[in-house]
Amino acid sequence: MAAALIGAVEAGLIFGVMALGVYLSFRVLNFPDLTVDGSFVTGAALASILVVYGVSPWTANLAAFVAGATAGLITGVLHAWGKINPLLSGILMMIALYSINLRIMGRPNIPLLHQRTMWTDLAPWTERLQTVVPGADHLIVLFVLGLMVLAMKLILDWFLKTEIGLAVRATGDSPRMVRSFSGDTRRFIVLGLAVSNAYVAFAGALMAQYGGFADIGMGIGMIVVGLASVIIGETLFRQTSLHRLTAAVIAGAVLYRIIIALALRARFLETGDVKLITALIVILALVLPEWRGGRKMTKAKPASRILRPLPSEGGEVGASPGGRLQDL
Amino acid sequence: MLRLVGVSKIYNAGTSDEKAALKGIDLDVREGELVTIIGSNGAGKSTLLNVIAGTITPDEGHIVLDGTDITDWPEHRRSRWIARVFQDPAAGTAPNMTIEENLALALARDGRRTFRRGVTDERRQAFRERVRQLGIGLENRLGVKVGALSGGERQALALLMATLCRPKLLLLDEHTAALDPKRAAWVSELTVGLIRELKLTALMVTHNMKQAIEMGDRLIMMDEGEVILTYEGEAKRSLTVERLLQSFERVRGSMLDTDRAVLA
Ligand SMILES: Nc1ncnc2c1ncn2[C@@H]1O[C@H](COP(=O)(O)OP(=O)(O)OP(=O)(O)O)[C@@H](O)[C@H]1O
Ligand SMILES: [Mg+2]
Repeated sequence: MAAALIGAVEAGLIFGVMALGVYLSFRVLNFPDLTVDGSFVTGAALASILVVYGVSPWTANLAAFVAGATAGLITGVLHAWGKINPLLSGILMMIALYSINLRIMGRPNIPLLHQRTMWTDLAPWTERLQTVVPGADHLIVLFVLGLMVLAMKLILDWFLKTEIGLAVRATGDSPRMVRSFSGDTRRFIVLGLAVSNAYVAFAGALMAQYGGFADIGMGIGMIVVGLASVIIGETLFRQTSLHRLTAAVIAGAVLYRIIIALALRARFLETGDVKLITALIVILALVLPEWRGGRKMTKAKPASRILRPLPSEGGEVGASPGGRLQDL
Repeated sequence: MLRLVGVSKIYNAGTSDEKAALKGIDLDVREGELVTIIGSNGAGKSTLLNVIAGTITPDEGHIVLDGTDITDWPEHRRSRWIARVFQDPAAGTAPNMTIEENLALALARDGRRTFRRGVTDERRQAFRERVRQLGIGLENRLGVKVGALSGGERQALALLMATLCRPKLLLLDEHTAALDPKRAAWVSELTVGLIRELKLTALMVTHNMKQAIEMGDRLIMMDEGEVILTYEGEAKRSLTVERLLQSFERVRGSMLDTDRAVLA
């Protein structure tokens, strides 16, 4: 049980990186980007094939990051310059990536069992730690993943606070305003999607090395997993400030994996049911807040906001606490 | 300063919904001038401002700003010189970002955005001073999300943002129309104050005739995509709402549709 739980947390941390990317496109940019299902595999495929060819796993991770960024960039250009609707841009890229991923891999599955990966690179450290703290071999994976996810989170936090990052956020929030302040919203959409898919592909590279294989089908439903993580994180932690939200999203991904791990312990469920369970989690998270008096939740950004149009925000006139304008 | 030469815009040309929103508009706005624009619904006022801002490209004619022909410039390029405040309080600010983040975004009107931190301590200090001038205590709420502000507070902030870096031209399209009368009056006062203080050139669309008569240096009335009346100088100083309505009848041969127009 403990081992299964640690495994769930580890996988959750990797999905956390992917969820950060999904958070960036869906939430920050307000762009439902389905490229994710393809770019996750692109990251895994590229990193795996590079590792097989003897490239350092760390360089392979970086290459995956860049490949993901390129995929996101193309989706962004399809939408911003090609004027293709956001959903369709993502779907087109996703389907194109399927073929590209197959080309990268050369076959549908690449096992990494006897390859040098980031984890074999860490083996000497694990052994040394093992002599000091017995049983640390499992914890070091957790520790290293935790550090990497933290670094990815801090980089995203930093990015979104820069002048360019502010413009990316405002593009998702109020594009007319950005254009009225010398901002070319097309560029910010492209940049945001590039960063988003870079994160997703990076997560794919980590997952391939963690799981010991890359598979052409490993990205199916990834977007829903990302959404589930974002929604769980937002609903459970109810944070509003940016750096806490990104932390909540990662926590959401870890929780999602734990829920799945626990669910799979039930006798009547099989491994293949994971996607069904994922869909159910998202449906529940979308529907439940609406049933329990949706009123309070609307203010706190309910999960359902992701897929439904925003209520007009102009209607909140006078709702400000302690606003001295009331008497004007 | 701003010159429009024969600017025309037809919506849905060639279909049964064809609508000539602007019919060969010529307009010359001098440096430092405040022009108020009135006209019935559908007269083409918003279209005119959108054509100037670059949201809409005209079918014919030219727009010249400070001697430069900007007709083919995209909106985000024009906004380096042209600032605007929208009617909808949600359009001119980013609701999910804080007041200081909104201001930092407005600070980059020159279009130069870098990977440096948007809100620095130094900037925050400067923002606090500027926001204090609004006199509504926003200086103590710089970290609050703009979506939590009232409509009036948001429009005041939008106005401050629009003028944070002095633009060559300020476009206001009924920016007080979504507010209740008291707050609308306050935002209008603020507007005039800022325009005078920064010596801005501005175009302001309003439905409040009395305000349009009192506020600007020049008043123009639009109807059916044309400028039908212009008042400035002495003629404008002696203008009253009644006379304006009479003139409209004389020119158009019918009563002005005063549905939304505020007469008093
Ligand atoms: N995007 C559009 N497509 C088609 N017709 C349009 C469009 N925008 C405006 N129109 C039409 O063009 C005409 C001028 O519209 P415009 O919005 O400029 O008027 P306005 O003077 O601003 O009116 P209001 O006082 O209601 O704001 C109207 O008849 C309007 O229906
Ligand atoms: Mg209008």
